[in-house]
Amino acid sequence: MPINFSTKPGIVVYLTAGDPSLEATYDIALAAIDNGADVLELGVPFSDPLADGPVIQRASERAVGRGVRLSDVLELSRKIREARPGAGIVLFSYLNPVVRTGLKEFCKAAKEHGADGVLLTDMIVEEGAAYIQHMRENGLQPVFLAAPTSPDARLKVIAENSEGFIYAISRVGITGTQDSVESDAEQLVRRLRQFTQKPIAVGFGISNAQHVAAVGQFADAAIIGSAIVSLIEKSEPGMEAEAVGEFVRGLRPKQDSSGVREGSHEPHEANPHSSTGNLKGHGFSRAEKPSQTTGASAPEVA
Amino acid sequence: MPVLEDVGNVAEVTRSIGTGRFGAYGGRYVPETLMAALLELEQSYAEAQADPAFREELDGLLKHYVGRPTPLYYAKRLSEGLGGASIWLKREDLLHTGAHKINNALGQALLARRMGKQRIIAETGAGQHGVATATVCALFGLECVIYMGEEDMRRQELNVYRMRLLGADVRGVHSGSATLKDAINEAMRDWVTNVRTTFYILGSALGSHPYPTMVRDFHRVISIEAKRQFAEQVGRNPDVVVACVGGGSNAIGAFYEFLPDENVRLIGVEAGGRGGALGEHAARFQKGSGGGLPGVLQGTYSYVLQNDAGQVAATHSVSAGLDYASVGPEHAMLHDNGRAEYTSASDDEALNATKVLARTEGILPALESAHAVAHAMKLAPTLGKEKNIMVNLSGRGDKDMGIISRELELGGAPAENRGTR
Ligand SMILES: Cc1ncc(COP(=O)(O)O)c(C=O)c1O
Repeated sequence: MPINFSTKPGIVVYLTAGDPSLEATYDIALAAIDNGADVLELGVPFSDPLADGPVIQRASERAVGRGVRLSDVLELSRKIREARPGAGIVLFSYLNPVVRTGLKEFCKAAKEHGADGVLLTDMIVEEGAAYIQHMRENGLQPVFLAAPTSPDARLKVIAENSEGFIYAISRVGITGTQDSVESDAEQLVRRLRQFTQKPIAVGFGISNAQHVAAVGQFADAAIIGSAIVSLIEKSEPGMEAEAVGEFVRGLRPKQDSSGVREGSHEPHEANPHSSTGNLKGHGFSRAEKPSQTTGASAPEVA
Repeated sequence: MPVLEDVGNVAEVTRSIGTGRFGAYGGRYVPETLMAALLELEQSYAEAQADPAFREELDGLLKHYVGRPTPLYYAKRLSEGLGGASIWLKREDLLHTGAHKINNALGQALLARRMGKQRIIAETGAGQHGVATATVCALFGLECVIYMGEEDMRRQELNVYRMRLLGADVRGVHSGSATLKDAINEAMRDWVTNVRTTFYILGSALGSHPYPTMVRDFHRVISIEAKRQFAEQVGRNPDVVVACVGGGSNAIGAFYEFLPDENVRLIGVEAGGRGGALGEHAARFQKGSGGGLPGVLQGTYSYVLQNDAGQVAATHSVSAGLDYASVGPEHAMLHDNGRAEYTSASDDEALNATKVLARTEGILPALESAHAVAHAMKLAPTLGKEKNIMVNLSGRGDKDMGIISRELELGGAPAENRGTR
């Protein structure tokens, strides 16, 4: 169960796979992990990223333009898993590339390529019965989005069906950076807490250490996406991994030992931080006995 | 082929308007942020439908403001020239704003007003849905933002001016191929961001439940009228109904009341563009390589033009309104179960049909509608004289005069024509 936020707040780093190249994403991913990221979200680039703001749209367009496809992202996942056995890996995709592969085939492949979980942007719980079933059969953790607009009845079903963590969207809108974390986020996490003890990660608009600290007051983890994708976009070619490593290191207060896990960026190094012990834990206790409730329990959501 | 399997097992949300499923197709595949809004919309629509006052107000406006019913017109010279079946035109082009789109825009605007939403957004391809939406927003005093691909703004320039004159804020979209699909992406991003205050008037029988059902319901009036008119004017149903299919709203409206009448052939005509290779057309139902495959785009499961990695393909059509990579889910079902047939007409065939209809009947069709005319022109000579074909003439061609004059080489006008004031 490598999805584990043993140091609070946990850090989840989103990367658009293949931007600027698959090789670069690999180096960036390792740098992020070695500098304190607990979980990586590997974004599968898609031609029509309608939930994303301009930064991730541009990254996605560049990667699609390079011909990066789901199978490449799976291969990337496998390599990262090999290099960093203790890191959490969540594949993050729009539904269509997954449908093209086949839900069942995709879940099987995701497992084989070392992923721990999957988040499908445009898959809601009510439509997800078959998906959830295939995920469970392969021992994968489905992560669902929870939004400030979701009524309590929906949050309950979302919490029941999510494993690993629940992705709480900090504000109504698309991905992108913002100046402060809106109060929407705290309220949403509080509402989710009525129904679950599973980890809750807050994402959308988290872009610096202050935001991470603010999120740490009320949630288990912070998800940083556009800020990192934007940093990659602005970095000199070849310098992306270094820039991201430094950025991720700066996201947590210095006294936190897990925040300064120094590690080599060399692809063939063994996992440098398994000795921290943090990642050997079994995570949150609820994950041990996954909820029996599946998407099939959704009818009470009106 | 891999599909979104096991959909039959999917839990049913409380769905007051049908199931949101058309066979395996349809559904609700959206970011969670939109779910509350979709559920609210579904419920409000169900309440509105059950309220006779809503229907009464809509019918009154359709009659006195929009100009319904539209005529069913026998195209005598066109039919006789082709020497086969009789071609009848259902004249949606005569509606206020010049296309069928206003049937739906008006219905949804009334619903928005009922829900207390003051801000309206919409996407548009050919500009006809944008013009219809801007029109009803002016009528009801609602704020109006229209997203339109920049390529479409260029080729449907007149409609951009019309929307602006009507008070709409027209926002150009330059991402992707800068056409209808990209405009929908941007409208959905706006909706996700402003979901608490904004009503999205989607312009075709596309997107997540309840849109495909709701949009179809607002266009059903086309076939309700046509069925009655055929009974009165011909004494029986048409043998064939032909309509162009972009997202599929005019076609589903023209087909719907005839669905139970198995001996009425229903034919949807897609944009054949300039060839069968992926990227050269918008014929989602084209067989074999270059055609569409089941997939999820913009909230619904249907046929999608895409590559083998699941990236949505570029499309091409001379008509902006048919230039879209996916198609309404109800058409996907009608395609698979064989109740409707789908074919395509090329750019050149549509342009030729435009010229023929103009010169035989004095009617200038929209380039979208000209695809349906083009197919009827192919079909009529193969059928007996006693047969009747209805063509749904979804819109008029004024908006296309720039393209048509270039393509058909109609000659120049005086270079400087500033008009008078
Ligand atoms: C005149 C006309 N016909 C047809 C269409 C295609 O849309 P649909 O397939 O939804 O009827 C459009 C779209 O813009 C249009 O303007």
